[in-house]
Amino acid sequence: MNAPLLDIHGLRHTFPKADGGDLLVLDGIELQIAQGQIVGLLGRTGSGKSTLLRLIAGLAQPSDGSVTYLGQPVLGPAPGIAMVFQGFALFPWLTVLENVQLGLEALGLPDPEIRKRALAAIDLIGLDGYESAYPRELSGGMRQRVGFARALVVHPNILLMDEPFSALDVLTAETLRTDFLDLWGDGKLPIKGVILVTHNIEEAVLMCDRILLFSNNPGRIIREIGVDLPQPRNRLDPQFRDLVEKIYVAMTARTPNALTGRQTTINTVLPRVSANLFSGLIETLAAEPYHGKADLPVLADELHMEADELFPVAEAMQMFHFAEVEGGDIKLTDTGKQFAEFGTDDRKKLFQKQLLAYIPLATHVRRVLQERANHAAPKSRFLDELEDHMSTEDAEHTLRAVTAWGRYAEAFAYDDDAGMFSLENPT
Amino acid sequence: MRVFVPISVSGWARLFSRWDILAVLLTLGLLVFLGEASRHVFEPLADLQRTPPSLDPANLPEYAARTTLRMLVAMALSLLFTFTYATLAAKNKQAERLLVPLLDILQSVPILGFISVTVVFFMALAPGRVLGAEFAAIFAIFTSQAWNMAFSFYQSLRTVPTELVEASRNFRLTPWMAFWRVDVPFAMPQLIWNMMMSMSGSWFFVVASEAISVGNTTVTLPGVGSYIALAIQQQNLKAVGWAIGTMLVVILIYDQILFRPLVAWADRFRYEQEPGAAAPHSWVLDILRRSRIVERVTRPFAVLWRRLLLPRQPDNADAIMRAPQARHGWITFQLGLIVFALTTFALWQTLRFFTESITLADLGTALLLGLATLIRVVVLIALASVIWVPAGVWVGSRPHAAVVVQPIAQFLAAFPANVLFPIAVSAIVAWRLDPNIWLSPLMILGTQWYILFNVIAGAAAIPAELRAAGANFRVRGWLWWRRIALPAVLPYYVTGAITASGGSWNASIVAEVASWGNKHLEAKGLGAYIAHQTDAGDFHRIVLGIAVMSLYVVVINRVFWRPLYLYAERKFRLG
Repeated sequence: MNAPLLDIHGLRHTFPKADGGDLLVLDGIELQIAQGQIVGLLGRTGSGKSTLLRLIAGLAQPSDGSVTYLGQPVLGPAPGIAMVFQGFALFPWLTVLENVQLGLEALGLPDPEIRKRALAAIDLIGLDGYESAYPRELSGGMRQRVGFARALVVHPNILLMDEPFSALDVLTAETLRTDFLDLWGDGKLPIKGVILVTHNIEEAVLMCDRILLFSNNPGRIIREIGVDLPQPRNRLDPQFRDLVEKIYVAMTARTPNALTGRQTTINTVLPRVSANLFSGLIETLAAEPYHGKADLPVLADELHMEADELFPVAEAMQMFHFAEVEGGDIKLTDTGKQFAEFGTDDRKKLFQKQLLAYIPLATHVRRVLQERANHAAPKSRFLDELEDHMSTEDAEHTLRAVTAWGRYAEAFAYDDDAGMFSLENPT
Repeated sequence: MRVFVPISVSGWARLFSRWDILAVLLTLGLLVFLGEASRHVFEPLADLQRTPPSLDPANLPEYAARTTLRMLVAMALSLLFTFTYATLAAKNKQAERLLVPLLDILQSVPILGFISVTVVFFMALAPGRVLGAEFAAIFAIFTSQAWNMAFSFYQSLRTVPTELVEASRNFRLTPWMAFWRVDVPFAMPQLIWNMMMSMSGSWFFVVASEAISVGNTTVTLPGVGSYIALAIQQQNLKAVGWAIGTMLVVILIYDQILFRPLVAWADRFRYEQEPGAAAPHSWVLDILRRSRIVERVTRPFAVLWRRLLLPRQPDNADAIMRAPQARHGWITFQLGLIVFALTTFALWQTLRFFTESITLADLGTALLLGLATLIRVVVLIALASVIWVPAGVWVGSRPHAAVVVQPIAQFLAAFPANVLFPIAVSAIVAWRLDPNIWLSPLMILGTQWYILFNVIAGAAAIPAELRAAGANFRVRGWLWWRRIALPAVLPYYVTGAITASGGSWNASIVAEVASWGNKHLEAKGLGAYIAHQTDAGDFHRIVLGIAVMSLYVVVINRVFWRPLYLYAERKFRLG
């Protein structure tokens, strides 16, 4: 009986692409989870961590490799693995009590036992008095409590949490986290292990015993960080701050152009960052108190942005050579500083220069338009090209990003009704 | 309420796929099969004579009850069809490719023209003659109710939020349990809305299906519809008035004791709750909910229902850990075989049927007459739009007016306009007007209201901020219509116009030939053609007429309405 709670070996997962090929989303995942651990899966949007959670839950099957739960392969939704969803996934037509009972009814238990266990779970999670309420009558925090009660009532061995606090406001999220950790710490929860998917670095450090960092495209585990701070943890504790900083450093080390030396190519998936956000961040960095250089966690805190929101902006600024990101810091380049000093028109010119110099897709679009006799080309022409190298969704996003930049830089125009790129701007 | 589109609008890519062609063939095969079957059993019916119903108003309660019962039986059948057909289409990818286009084609078939054929078919099936006629009437009503319900259910099943599906799988609900606790509840509000539309729409068919003459056979079932037919025959305007009054009462009753409680009850199934929207209320539901007796009586059924939903045996882990979809290939093969066999049969039947007596000249005539009807439909929809879009925007922009007008418009859409035909006919005869022109408005008499109430809904949905912005920048007059009002209501207008246009085609079969006592008027068109062939009992040409009309409807939906809908949806849908 010494089999680990969960054992994932050589797991690979692909999604079918529009052109019939496969898109690799998870690669080489090795993971063992022992009893009594909270394990965090931390990564950017699109790193496949939610997909991994669904593979563990048996909601989908991996393309390659195995998921073993208590020595048994997971080939479908397994008993003993329950999930808490980001959007709560409560059934709006069932009351709180009925929602909680649903999983027990599926188990085919006798009615009195269903009722007894459901009421106990509701009591445990602090939902007393709300039994006959419908989800729509509850606040977000109360709804997620129902989500927790519904998962716990089936007495799962593993609780899977898919960004369970990200749809809640800051205060509510903190209350729910604390309540959960208290129950977990007191051994009141009928579970043996927890897997938490999150993109919130502080949340991971606050809750987890082990944190696995995921890279993007495809998702791989790039680093494992153990957290042995005692619970309850204090966000202001220097050791806590150190860990957060350490994770920032690890995560920024993987962005393109930096230490890895990866160049932006025509097939790079581009982040959708508006020119306004660019200008705003460059101005902020150039001014007091940063003087062109800032610590990313500090900056994220100051701007009330989550790491997941800040990273794409930093990454885009780096692609444009407006800034360099390294070791958890962001630093403006000379071009970046110049940009901060310019007025609107000069900024546009500089932006166009950087765009055409460093974003190969933009250069490509403009060259195609110049070469054609009518200086126009349909969107599908570029979309088809991109879809050979990325998913349909990424291709769409990438083309939108480049369209927005091209418009701001006045490098080319786009007419959405006709779906046509052109060199002409309306006069 | 989410707007429901009454045609299939899922694909941009191609106007017609090979699955559409298959669907056309299968539908055609079905029509031919019914026509063929009826032709052979036609003779024994020639001696059928029944005493016609009397025009005594005292009979009306009984007639109304019988008519309502027919509609409710048809509704039950429609639900059964919806739960099976739409579920298969939504859950089985292989089946979906054929079933969805098939549904699209089926709902374009003007069943009004086919009632005569189905009557004969069903009378042959049933041992007793009355029962056969009842079957035929119920079948006609069913075909007017089922398609849009199935479509709505299919669309709902396709849009069940992923997280809910995942949650139900994570908690390992059996497919049977998930269907009743997740799929059906999620689809319920939209389905009930469509049930109401179907019930309204079917009045038109009730009037047409209770008194039918095919050749020299007349079948009359006691009901409001046959009462009206008799009143028209005897030119009894007072009796027509009595019938209309009865219908009003019946509509009011089933609205209060059936649909209003259903809508109020189904409110809990709404997935997205628009803020500020008042929850619907029903006094009947309140009584039912608060009554102890009702609770006591229904409790055993509720317990039984829950038992039915439970898995048979207590759960065991091994049973659940199964490899999914191992039999995929087998299902595909079997389905392919069935489709192939059906198509071959349909093709063979159709070819044989048409080569028997239909010439190219016949086809040409039908197509030309169809063109005449097409012109009528286009002109009428344009006219109705010019009148009702501004009116609808005006009403929808004034919440107080909308509260009053919206239910009236919905009632008018439910009202079987064919009841009013006699009055129009008398007027045309009295003033010696040209029936080719003046019979036409009858086609749209009942269907124009769909445009009105959809536009009202669209105008009412324009956000207050947009209105305020318009007012702030002093956008007025034509500019306001062009830039704000018309774009905002376009998606809603298109939805209404699709329904109105489809309904008008169907109505042409009774509108292009109208009579009042011994006065008969006729306009040249495909509807009149089908009506004539029905009188003559020429099954080949009835089928031809219907096939050509379906063709017109399908082609217009595909080349005009669908692209317009997708465009409006993409560009002008707010929020």
